[in-house]
Amino acid sequence: MSITRRGFFKAVCATGAVLALGRELQASPSAGKGGIEYRGMLYDSTLCKGCHGCEFDCAEANGLPYPELGQDLPPIRTTSETQRTVVNTYSTSKGEVFVKVQCMHCNEPACVAACLTQAMFKSKAGPVIWREDKCMGCRYCMVSCPFNIPKFEYHSPNPKIIKCDLCYNRLKTGEIPACAANCPNEALFYGTRRQLIKEARRRIVENPTKYVDYLYGEDEAGGTCWLYLSPVKFEEIGMKTTIQKSSYPALTKGFLYSVPTIFVLFPALLLGMHQATKNDHQTKEE
Amino acid sequence: MTLEQENNTGWKFFLSELKPKGKLLTPFNIISVPIVLLGIVLIVIRFWKGIGAITNLTQEVPWGLWIGFDVVTGVAFAGGAYVVTFLVYILHMKKYYPIMRATVLNGFLAYVFYAGALLLDLGRPWNVINPIIGNNFGVSSVLFLVAWHFLLYMIAQLIEFSPAIAEWLGAKRIHKILSGMTIAAVIFGITLSTLHQSGLGALYLMAKEKIHPLWYSEFLPIMFFVSSIFAGLSMVIFEGSISHRVFFQQISEKNHRAQNTIIMGLAKICAGAMFAYFFLQILVFIHDKNWNFLDTPMGYWFMMEMIGFILLPMMLFYVSYRKGNITLIRIASILTMLGIILNRLNVTVIGFKWDAPIHYIPSWMEIVVTLTVIFTEIWIFRWVIRRMPVLSDAPSWAKNEH
Repeated sequence: MSITRRGFFKAVCATGAVLALGRELQASPSAGKGGIEYRGMLYDSTLCKGCHGCEFDCAEANGLPYPELGQDLPPIRTTSETQRTVVNTYSTSKGEVFVKVQCMHCNEPACVAACLTQAMFKSKAGPVIWREDKCMGCRYCMVSCPFNIPKFEYHSPNPKIIKCDLCYNRLKTGEIPACAANCPNEALFYGTRRQLIKEARRRIVENPTKYVDYLYGEDEAGGTCWLYLSPVKFEEIGMKTTIQKSSYPALTKGFLYSVPTIFVLFPALLLGMHQATKNDHQTKEE
Repeated sequence: MTLEQENNTGWKFFLSELKPKGKLLTPFNIISVPIVLLGIVLIVIRFWKGIGAITNLTQEVPWGLWIGFDVVTGVAFAGGAYVVTFLVYILHMKKYYPIMRATVLNGFLAYVFYAGALLLDLGRPWNVINPIIGNNFGVSSVLFLVAWHFLLYMIAQLIEFSPAIAEWLGAKRIHKILSGMTIAAVIFGITLSTLHQSGLGALYLMAKEKIHPLWYSEFLPIMFFVSSIFAGLSMVIFEGSISHRVFFQQISEKNHRAQNTIIMGLAKICAGAMFAYFFLQILVFIHDKNWNFLDTPMGYWFMMEMIGFILLPMMLFYVSYRKGNITLIRIASILTMLGIILNRLNVTVIGFKWDAPIHYIPSWMEIVVTLTVIFTEIWIFRWVIRRMPVLSDAPSWAKNEH
């Protein structure tokens, strides 16, 4: 009997530990909850002239090499280990449209929920930042991000994750992100998410022919801190429209919530089966 | 004997045990030694120049062969340990006892080496302690759960196997203590296995739009768990057939004869688990309304997996069990294992970003490193089997305790 008792105590201890851990499953509070108001950016693609100035400002602010913009620039590029943002050109039914690409800074980021070391972190102001001293380089954030934003330095023995952090260090000193601060065409508008949505709505209502009646990022992936206005349908300018309109971390919630249940029920069930079949064998032998 | 002398003989015993016991120039050694040496060179390059120096991983496909095969597939194959300990210790099926130790050892080594392979894939492996020591608990992460479960399960399996180590060293008192911990370790181990086998599937839940719809569903965790039962048992059948040939001198006459009944029993369980799995797959397929994908190249690939590597081996298991045909069971187990490799790679590599213009294909160097991990594991497995009572019977003093 002593063995079984010990087994039982172990099971109880394990269950307690997991229950204690299992409580804070929520990745991060969504916008508005608990008085938190995220800040973000409104990108108006009708105002962008495609000067690529923000790419240079971004490189300068983050100590990255300047982008090489030759004549043979491919029209569609992605962010990379050396570029946190790019501006792409699309020829659409309403002529050329320029689209800036960078981290969307989701309200409930998949990368943050994926990170097992809290290296990816949703700050209270809104930016999703990456913290070098915590990251173990597993790249689960890259697997999880629906926008394919985090990039990894594959050719470094001390690799980093590269992505836009909404100029987190500038924000701390009261400045606004470098791309928005220097945009000559006022295509970028920095503010609280509430302000941005209000402003975007106003622009759509006042110029119904200029914009499609859709604000990209309001619902995508459960809402993002970057919001996009477009003169044409978002499919035409290469924006992912298959992205689900609810939170990505919620996809793993069911599984994670089943963990404490299994940790309580399984040991009890297994111990019961162990006892039941044991007695059976003994009676047979008698 | 004085204490000093005792220590001296203990040390000598250990040194003598380190030496290889079998023949050195076996075909397996001739193939594995150069590959492992090459693999070590490649691992040095990987830490010196970065992961990109020897792998074909891209920004689009950040997890390749090392995760998809070494970890995700390898852990499914290691699932035999929790199923067999369930049969032996929870259901008291004494019949399966002769294969228990080899299966647990195989499972334990698989976890040690696949967790080791995981370290190769980490870009910043020195920070691997962060989620363990408690300063950075990312509790909302499925990977956090999986990492902790790997660690705890390795300890549980070591406890399950430890009586064999004590028997090897002749440590009678420790043996008694360790044997007393077995049932707790087994219960804990089965619970952990349920969660992390399914957890490996849950890892991919957030990659919703990236995995081909025929393989992605919200039931991935359950699929991974159910398939780990027959994946693990097929591995046990396969490994058992090889071990019984290679280490035949170690196995007692009684256990040799018992082997066939054991394999028959496992085949029956495999057939049952595979039927449940196949049924689940059909349910998910109909539930997700995936009919329109069937008449595409990926659809044919899916049907090949479902019919050729699940339905066919399931029926082979059933037929061979009814007819008592051991050879057919072995063929079925190999087909099942191929099917598991196919399924895990379809989720993690082949179906991952299936619509991207450029596909990830592992480099030869990634394959060599994978083989290095597997061969080293087999070396250690062989070393332990030749020394500890794993396949051979336990010494008589150990048996009398029960």
